[in-house]
This record gives sequence, C-alpha cells and structure tokens, in this order.
Amino acid sequence: MIPDLTVRVGAALLYIILAPLVGGLVVGIDRKVTARMQGRVGPPVLQPFYDVLKLFEKENLVVATAQNYYVLSYLVFMAVAGALFFSGGDMLLVIFAFTLSHIFLVLGAYNSFSPYSHIGAERELIQIIAYEPMIILTAVGMYMVTKTFYVGEIATSTIPIIMYLPGIFIGYLIVLTIKLRKSPFDLSTSHHAHQEIVKGVTTDFTGPNLAIIEISHWYEYVFLLGVVYLFFAFNPFIAIAAIIVAYFVEILIDNTTSRVKWQLTLRTAWIIAGTLCLVNLGVLYYLQGVLTL
Amino acid sequence: MNELLFLIAFPLLIAVLLLLVPRDSIRDVLVTGSAAVLGIVSLYVLYGYFNRNTVMFDIPTEPWGNVMTIIELLLAVYILYLGVKHRKSFTIALIVLQAGLLLWYEFFLKPGMHPENNLFIDQFSIIMALIIGIIGSLICVFALGYMKTFHHHHPEVRDRRNLFFFILFVFLSAMFGLVFANNLAWILFFWEITTICSFILIGYSETEEATNNAFLALSMNLLGGVAFVGALIFLAITDPSGKSLMLDYLLSSGQAIALVPAVLISFAGITKSALMPFSSWLVGAMVAPTPVSALLHSSTMVKAGVYIIVRFAPVLSGTIEGLIIALVGGVTFLLASFIAISQTNAKKVLAYSTIANLGLIVACAGVGTFNLVWVAILLIVFHAVAKSLLFLCVGTVEHRIGSRNIEDMSGLIGRMPKIAVMMFVGMAGMFLAPFGMVISKWAAIEAFIQSPFGLIFIAILAFGGSATVFYWSKWMGKIISVTRQPEVVENSVTKEKWAVLYILTALVIICALIFPLISAVLIEPFVMNIYGQTTLLPLANLTIMILMMGLLLFMPFTMLLYRTAPKHTGPYMAGRPTDGHAFAGSIGISREVVLSNYYMDRYFGEDKIFMIGAATGWGLLLFAGTLLVGVIL
Amino acid sequence: MTYLTKSPWIVHYDCSSCNGCDIEVLAALTPVYDVERFGIINTGNPKHADIFLVTGSVNEQNKPVLKNIYEQIPEPKVVVAIGICATSGGIFRECYNVQGGIDKVIPVDVYVPGCAARPESIIDGVVTALGILAKKRQAMQEGGSTTPAKAGEGR
Repeated sequence: MIPDLTVRVGAALLYIILAPLVGGLVVGIDRKVTARMQGRVGPPVLQPFYDVLKLFEKENLVVATAQNYYVLSYLVFMAVAGALFFSGGDMLLVIFAFTLSHIFLVLGAYNSFSPYSHIGAERELIQIIAYEPMIILTAVGMYMVTKTFYVGEIATSTIPIIMYLPGIFIGYLIVLTIKLRKSPFDLSTSHHAHQEIVKGVTTDFTGPNLAIIEISHWYEYVFLLGVVYLFFAFNPFIAIAAIIVAYFVEILIDNTTSRVKWQLTLRTAWIIAGTLCLVNLGVLYYLQGVLTL
Repeated sequence: MNELLFLIAFPLLIAVLLLLVPRDSIRDVLVTGSAAVLGIVSLYVLYGYFNRNTVMFDIPTEPWGNVMTIIELLLAVYILYLGVKHRKSFTIALIVLQAGLLLWYEFFLKPGMHPENNLFIDQFSIIMALIIGIIGSLICVFALGYMKTFHHHHPEVRDRRNLFFFILFVFLSAMFGLVFANNLAWILFFWEITTICSFILIGYSETEEATNNAFLALSMNLLGGVAFVGALIFLAITDPSGKSLMLDYLLSSGQAIALVPAVLISFAGITKSALMPFSSWLVGAMVAPTPVSALLHSSTMVKAGVYIIVRFAPVLSGTIEGLIIALVGGVTFLLASFIAISQTNAKKVLAYSTIANLGLIVACAGVGTFNLVWVAILLIVFHAVAKSLLFLCVGTVEHRIGSRNIEDMSGLIGRMPKIAVMMFVGMAGMFLAPFGMVISKWAAIEAFIQSPFGLIFIAILAFGGSATVFYWSKWMGKIISVTRQPEVVENSVTKEKWAVLYILTALVIICALIFPLISAVLIEPFVMNIYGQTTLLPLANLTIMILMMGLLLFMPFTMLLYRTAPKHTGPYMAGRPTDGHAFAGSIGISREVVLSNYYMDRYFGEDKIFMIGAATGWGLLLFAGTLLVGVIL
Repeated sequence: MTYLTKSPWIVHYDCSSCNGCDIEVLAALTPVYDVERFGIINTGNPKHADIFLVTGSVNEQNKPVLKNIYEQIPEPKVVVAIGICATSGGIFRECYNVQGGIDKVIPVDVYVPGCAARPESIIDGVVTALGILAKKRQAMQEGGSTTPAKAGEGR
C-alpha cells in the first residue's frame, strides 16, 4: 500500500512548494471571511502574500544574531514535519518534528530578553503542552482504526475513520483552534489585527524573520488541515468539504468568542478535549475486544 | 571470564589505594589512569562478547559466598552503630530485620544449595557495563576537579576526599558485580554495597540535612533489601537444590515459580529506582556533591533497580502483578514530570526528570512485551548519557555562579557559552526529536498500543511527555536569553573537566546517530534471545531520523550567513528602556528587567502531587502485595 | 515595484494628545472606513510597523519614548504627524514643558493638520506616506540610508 519512493519524494516536494501558496490563500480567504462577518470589506485575498513579500523588503533588525537561526530552524522543521506527513510518513514522527519546530520558535522568543517576548514564549509553551497530547491521541486513534501509523496507509484506507473517532475529531477541533491561533485560545500571538501583550512570541522579530514565521504558519495550516482530511479520507470530496466546514467553524468561533486565560485554555484542552479523546479511545478499545473490527 | 573478574576487582584495588593515598597529585593520576583502563576494558568486553549471546562462567561459590556474608554482616553492624548514634529507630528496625533474615538464610537454608555459574554476561550486561565503565569512570574523573572546588567553596565541610573516591570506586566495582552476577545472593550482596555507598556519599557533607537525607535513602533502600532477602528465602524454601537462585534458571522456569520472587525483587527495584512512594529519597539525595548525583542517582545506581526489573520483564509480562508494577512506573512518570514543572532548583528538576524516566522504564518492563523491553533498554542507554552530562553541567554552573536556581541561569549563554551549549545538547537529548529519549517515547507508544491495557500507558505518555517538553523548554529558554552579563566566567574550569564534558556531549549526539547500530548489535539480539522475536526498526524511519539529526546539526551553521551582523536593537520595552534591559520608571528611577518562568505551583506543586503519587503508589503496591500473599498461600 | 504600498503596517503612538486625534485614528479602523481594505494593520508593535502615526505634542517625558519607538521600526519607515499638536505643538506650543511638534525629535515625512484630524485626512496622509515609503525603499536598494543624519535640525 505504501507508494514507492519517487511518489513519496514527489509528494514531499510538492508540499514544500505548494503549501505556502495554499496556506497563504487560506489565510487570505480567512481574513476576507472574517471581515465580512464583522461587516467590513476586508483586504484582497492575496493580502497575506503582499504582507510577506513586503516583510522581505524590510530591514532585518535583531536583538541577538541567534534569532535568525531559531526562526530559520522553525521554518525548516515545520516544512520537514509537513513534508513527512504528505509523503505518507509515520504520524508520530511527524508530530515529534512538529513539536521540535515549535520549540525553536519558543527559543527564538526567549532569546531576546524582552518581557513581552518572554510572556509570549511561556504562553506558546503552554499551548504546546495543551495540544500535544491531543494530537498524539489522534494518531493513536487512527492507528486503532486503521492498524497503521503511516499517513500514506491511513489516507488510502477505505474505513470511514470519522465514524469511529467522533470524540477525537471534536477534541482535535478544539486544539485546532489553539493551533490556528484563533480566539479564544490565541494566547501567545494572534492573527489579523488582533493584539496580545504586544505581539506575543513574535514581538521581537522584524522584517524577513517575521516573514519566515508567517510562511511557517502557512506550512503548519496545510499540515493541520491535512490531519482533518485523514478523518474523512475514505471519500476525498467529503474530506475537502469537511476541511472547508471545519475551517469555517474555526473562523466563526474566532469571531464570536473573546480570549480566555491560559488556565482555561489548558483546562479546556486537557480536561474537555482529553476526556473526549480518552473516552472515544476507551470505547473503541472495548469494542475491539468484543467485536473484532 | 578474566575481563569480568578484572572489572570487578580492579576498581576495588584502586579504591583501597585511593583510601590510603591522601595526596592530590597521586589521586589525580590514579583516578584518571584507572578510568581510562575501565573504559577500555569495558569496550574490550563489548568487542569480545557482543556476538556470543549469554555466556556463563562457573565461578566457585565458596569461599566468595562466605566472604560476602561476613562483609554483609559487618556492614549491618556498622549501620546498626550509625543508626543508634543518630537515633534512627526505623533504620535500626529494618537493618535488624534484614540481618536476621539473612542469618536465617545463611545458616539454615544456604547449606545444601549448590548454585553454579555465578557469573554471566549477555548483551544487556554489556550495555550496563559500558554505561558503568565509560560514563561512570568519566564522572569519577570529573569529580577530581569538582571536589577540589567543592572544598574550596565549602571550607566548613571536612575534607574526606580519600574516603569519597574510595567509595566511588567501591561503588563501580559493586555495579560491575551486580550486572555480571547470575547468583541472586551475589546480586543482593552487590545491591547492598551500592545502597551503603549511596548512604555514605549522600551524607558526605555531614550537615544535619545531609545526614537525615542519607538515612532516608538508606531506610527506603533497606526496605527494598528486605524484600530482596524475602525473595531469596522464598526460593530457598521452594527449591532446596539452590538451582533457582540462578538468574538464568529462574527466568526460564516459568511464572509459576518465578512470579513471587520477581514481584519481591521488583519491589526492591522500585525502592532503588525511587519510584513514586519512595521518590523522596532521590530528591533528598541531591544534597550530595553533584558527581555523586550524576553517578549514583541518575546514570548507574538507580539503573540497577530498573536493570533487575527489566531482567524479570518476561516473568512479569501478562500478569496482574506485572501490570501493577507497570502502573506504579507509569504513575511515577506522569506525576514526577508534573512536579518537575514546579521546581526552580536545577538539581531537583534533574532528580524529578530522572524519577520520571525510571518510572517510564519500569512501565515498559512491567508490561514486558518484547517491544517494550527493547524500549526500556534504549531508555536506559539514552538517559544515562544525557542525564550525566546535565548533572555535570549543572555542577559546574553552580560553582561558577554560586546558585543552582534555574532563575539565576538566565543569560548563561553569555556568561558560560560552552557549558550553555552543552546543557542545550543534553536537554535536547532529553526531550527533542530526533534525539534518544524521543525515539524511545515514539517506540514506546507504538509498542504499548499493541499490548494489553496499553491505552492507559499511552495516555500517561501523551500527557507526561508534554509536561516534559514544558519544563525542559523553559529551562532552555532561560539559558539562551541574551542578557547583559557578558563577563565570561567559565575560564576557570579545568582541562580534565572540559574533556569529560566534551566526551559526554559527543556521546549524546553519537548515541542518537548510531542508535540503530546499538539496537542491532546489542538490544535486538538480547530481546531475540529471550522472546524469540524482536523489534525491527523500519529502515525508512531510521533514514529520516538520521537525516533530521544531520539537519539539526547543520542548522547552527546558518548563523555564519549572518556573520556580517544585521543591525541590532534593544528588545521591545514599550518605548521606555534606559539601556536595553531596564525600564525607565518615574522620577528618574531605572528598573532592571527581571523575567521569571512559569512554575504553576498551584497546579503542579510538589506537596500536592507527591501526596497523590504516594497514595496511588502505596495503594498499588499493597494491592500487589495482597495478590502475592494469595499466590504464596 | 514594492509591496510596501500594498501592506503598510502602522504603529500608533500618543505623545501627549488630548485623545481627540487618537479617536479619529481608531475610527479609521472601524467598518465605516475599514483601512484593512488597503492591507493596513494597526500592529501595536514598532518592530512590525512601516508607518509611525504620532498624535500630540512632544514633551520632556515622552521624548525618549518617541525616539525609542522610532528607532525600533525597521527601515524603510515613514512618520506621519497627526493633528496640529503633533505638527507644531498646537495650542500647547508655548507650554513650559512642551518642546513643540514631533519633528523636534524625529524626522517627519507627512503632516496631517487638524484639530482633531478627520479620518479622511488621516487616511489621505497615510496614502501620501505610502508614496514616500516607496521612494525610500528605492533609495535603500540603491544603497545609503534613508534617515536624515539628525532629526529635527533647523526647525
């Protein structure tokens, strides 16, 4: 079932080239939809690309030279994680690479000894510990249904995964809000014109570095939406529709809620989403003992 | 066979010499030289035995058995004396109980038993020997310089360095003995020696706190020792021929015979590895000089506990008792990781991280499928390397900046750049892909999912693992933040310390790069030998891991791109900085910026979580005990 | 071709304004004017900004702040003085502690007079600033600094 090497490398390359384009477009549409929800016209759909291209035209003003290294590593490992995902690699490995890349962002923020970056970094870490267990449990749930950790095999499986993992899917949507940096969980940094304690983790990054962070976010978005796809992988059309609906729901949540404290973020992610995931897995586990799936 | 005897006898000889030689210069030469010898001989053992599976050696039981008995009784008298002197009634009760049981065993049960093959070696022993021989002796070399500085900083502590190094080398000898011994009575002997070494070294500074913590460690380990003796007596009564005292015979004799001793010995292992109800002794042991913490309380002695549990993993596998032991480990992993979040003391964070990882190893061994045993051994290796490096770095930092508080390490990259990078590597080794611990965590998830009740452990791993990410990352962040303290204070670190630190740093990276080799040469054959099947790493993932490692090592070179430094500016300070790291306050006051990490004491406070852990741990252990009594009756 | 004009990000600083101009600046972000149509974002962080909007006259207390924020904006950047106070000190010009317009402290590219300046004129001022931003970018590409050697000389 695993496609051969050329296909996999091709998929990885395709992701590395196309993901920023798709991700940027998604963000552009997001901003447009958000503006409409607020009764505004909103920026052009291509606005995120203008922003990033502009940022590359700016001067690179740093607090410490090492910031460049952390930011670049963030981008590289985010791309690696996504490329591994889209080339059908091991889901757990993808998650670990994903965490690694975020740690680099956090370290970059810690690097400049600024109170604002520092709070952003701490909060980003809290977000990481809030979502990481859920993503791992998502992978575990998919394994329990499809008997494989390989994304390639999960994606080509004909089992309607969502039917077995509704709890995990809702749990995943909760942490998706955290990961897309959307209200009410946009603690560490936020998108659009929102502000959070200046600009959280990104406070001390300028010009090109900020552009790199933005591009990494795009890579991240495509990967995260790719995970949504896996839930519905039995039918690509339903899957793409599901991605659109899921993203729309996220935008709606973003525009109808106000930001919460980190305590509530952590509780929501660990207690509500965690319980949903674990109950879902437990039931699945029990059923697999009773009925042979 | 001679190599093994050499590894046990040689450190002992050196130890006696070190006790007699009070001069610094001679001690330096002796320790450095013998460390090199031990390292080389353990590599030679690897070379000689790696492809020979289990090799047995028929060492005559007597007179060594009697010598051991005499030493054990002498030590018991010594502890009794100390216990009376310091009025530790609990310790006295335990040592009297243990000595009584031992005497009963020696005089009424042992005669008539004729165990053979007292020594053996297999791949797991080789791994342990390498850890002891290489990492252990490196730490001894480091201790040379460290103890000089220690006494310089603490003039109030009596200079008993000859005793200190004597104990260190006795300890190395005992550890070698422990991993090569096949006779359970011998294992117990070496086990007790390590307990007493730990006791003496924790109490080295002779302060009240140190003495109390030493006795705490001693009592808890003695509790385990009593269980161990209990296992011996059980075996001696059920099988008077003495054959089941042989580890290899016992392990192959099936759960019906081996389960009771396995659980008793696992209990001993749990106390030695400081799992949850007993974790306080390891935390208290952090008062000892840092090389002691590195050697005894992270990379070797506490590993003896998990070593023996991993040995018994095939027996525990699939039993309720095994599951309970695994749960004790799992709960410890989760809760110790949580507690580590709330700690500001660097050594305590390291201690709790050690406890957590030992818990994870026990969780793997308790469930005991072949995959999980593979993971457990991998964890032992990676943890030993990375944690010893971290302890030694923290020790060095403590002597230079005069604090072991993480908050005081802010901007360490400016003050001690090389040490900071080494700590960075060590911490990455503890929690980041593609370093060792994450490889193990990954393999553990994949293994648990296929084992009974694995879901509980996966949940524990997922939540505990993210807590791990939190406390390491915030510490890393603290180290690398750029403050204005450009004065470099690491120049006074001596050459031999640097050498040790460099080697350990290299080992962390090398282990992550060559772990497929370690697995293929040592771990897989060992697992294959026991279970008849083994974990096979998918080649594609290995390639990816190694590529990632390469990328990670390459990334720092991108800094060269920015050698023509981009324009610098101060951090954003809401427009009111005075000179970059201070706010301009009202009426001309300048307020220095002080940044502190989140410790979330309200949620992850030590007292609260430990209470939960101790209650759960005792509950589980009592349950296991009840089951065991049922089995015996 | 520069993308600066398509995505000008703003940082807004209130020197010692009466808040009249500030309200008008924020009014420009509301759905009525919706400056995000032009890609304009109010960042609240000088390190992300291209355009520096300043309201109010400058005094001894906020002079270093104004300067610091200006220095933390990466090149190329433009400064827009909003309202008559920022332009010249306005009615506070003769106050004992007021230095005058912000061009006493930092170089100003666009002056938007008014008390308070209307959102339309603020937007107009920003659009004018975009042209200057594009020129500065060009100058930067050709090499050399875009910032005058010393701020506020000769005024």
